[in-house]
Amino acid sequence: MASLKALKIRIGSVKSTQKITKAMKMVAAAKLRRAQEAAVAGRPYAERLERVVASLARTVGVGASPLLAGTGKDQVHLLVVATSERGLAGAFNTNIVRAARRKAVELEAAGKTVRFYIAGKKGRVIRRFYPTGIVADHDLSEMKVASFDAAKEMADDLIRRYEAGEFDVAHLFYARFQSALVQEPVGQQIIPVAVPAIAETKGAAADATVAYEPSEEAILADLLPRNVAIQIFRALLENAASEQGSRMTAMDNATRNAGDMIKRLSIQYNRARQAAITTELVEIISGAEAL
Amino acid sequence: MLHFELVTPERLIRSEDVHMVTVPGTDGDFAVLEGHAPFMSTIRDGDVLVQKTPGGQPETVAIRGGFAEVNAGGLTVLAEHAG
Repeated sequence: MASLKALKIRIGSVKSTQKITKAMKMVAAAKLRRAQEAAVAGRPYAERLERVVASLARTVGVGASPLLAGTGKDQVHLLVVATSERGLAGAFNTNIVRAARRKAVELEAAGKTVRFYIAGKKGRVIRRFYPTGIVADHDLSEMKVASFDAAKEMADDLIRRYEAGEFDVAHLFYARFQSALVQEPVGQQIIPVAVPAIAETKGAAADATVAYEPSEEAILADLLPRNVAIQIFRALLENAASEQGSRMTAMDNATRNAGDMIKRLSIQYNRARQAAITTELVEIISGAEAL
Repeated sequence: MLHFELVTPERLIRSEDVHMVTVPGTDGDFAVLEGHAPFMSTIRDGDVLVQKTPGGQPETVAIRGGFAEVNAGGLTVLAEHAG
């Protein structure tokens, strides 16, 4: 049996670990609330932009822009993997990477070429599986909260590569936030832009009379890159919320486990102490009887 | 009254009923009053002038990148940066 002193040290160490995990859980909870608020605040813009792009794409036709129509090929697929910069968030990053790898295997089986675009430090593990397939490693470490500028920068980079013919289709992988307990890793096609299938609403009839300045085509050409940026931005927001949710859950579990461990170790410690006292008493009594 | 909304990717900046809004369009500034015909335009970087009452002092909001849409529901300005 471990000595009393060793047990005491161990209990102390687990206790301080528990303090850290507890603090991390609280911080994650606070950040989660903020991330959720940001996700909700970003919704109106995305909704309106999507509606406008959909109605414009209908009037102009998909042939207007390669961002809508595609390159005409379906050979090179780019998988954009958005992960977090920090670990200790349970299976959050692992799940996103796994979803991307599953898609990669599927595409390769279909004879496609797969390339990776990594956004976030924790996605770098992909290097291990596809050492040659990484086209870029986009650094997000400067980004404290998901910012539209960072998303736009990424979108511009992607569109530049797309126009240079580096890939034909881009998929974006991130974790969709459902609740603090559930985050679902999803893959979604971002280039070519999938025209949202919005039901013909009352606005559709009025579309014909809308005046456009400078022209429908020019507006659409201006909006499509923005649409890519906003999709990436939404993914970053969802990811931020998911990361904090996942971390909160993971740290809650860690805190509970540490609690269990402390309880077990305390029992062990008390038993050992009692055994030492008993031994001492037996020694004293038998010493006294011998006299 | 004209319903005016100014939205950025980060949040809905304002949503209010005003008298008139002047928007810096790519092809020139345009003002929107209540009952304006459906209209859509890209915007250049500049100031949006919001006039709450007829003849009142206009309020300026600097915006960058985006477009404006006028429909039956009012005027919506989607900008990348505002404020």
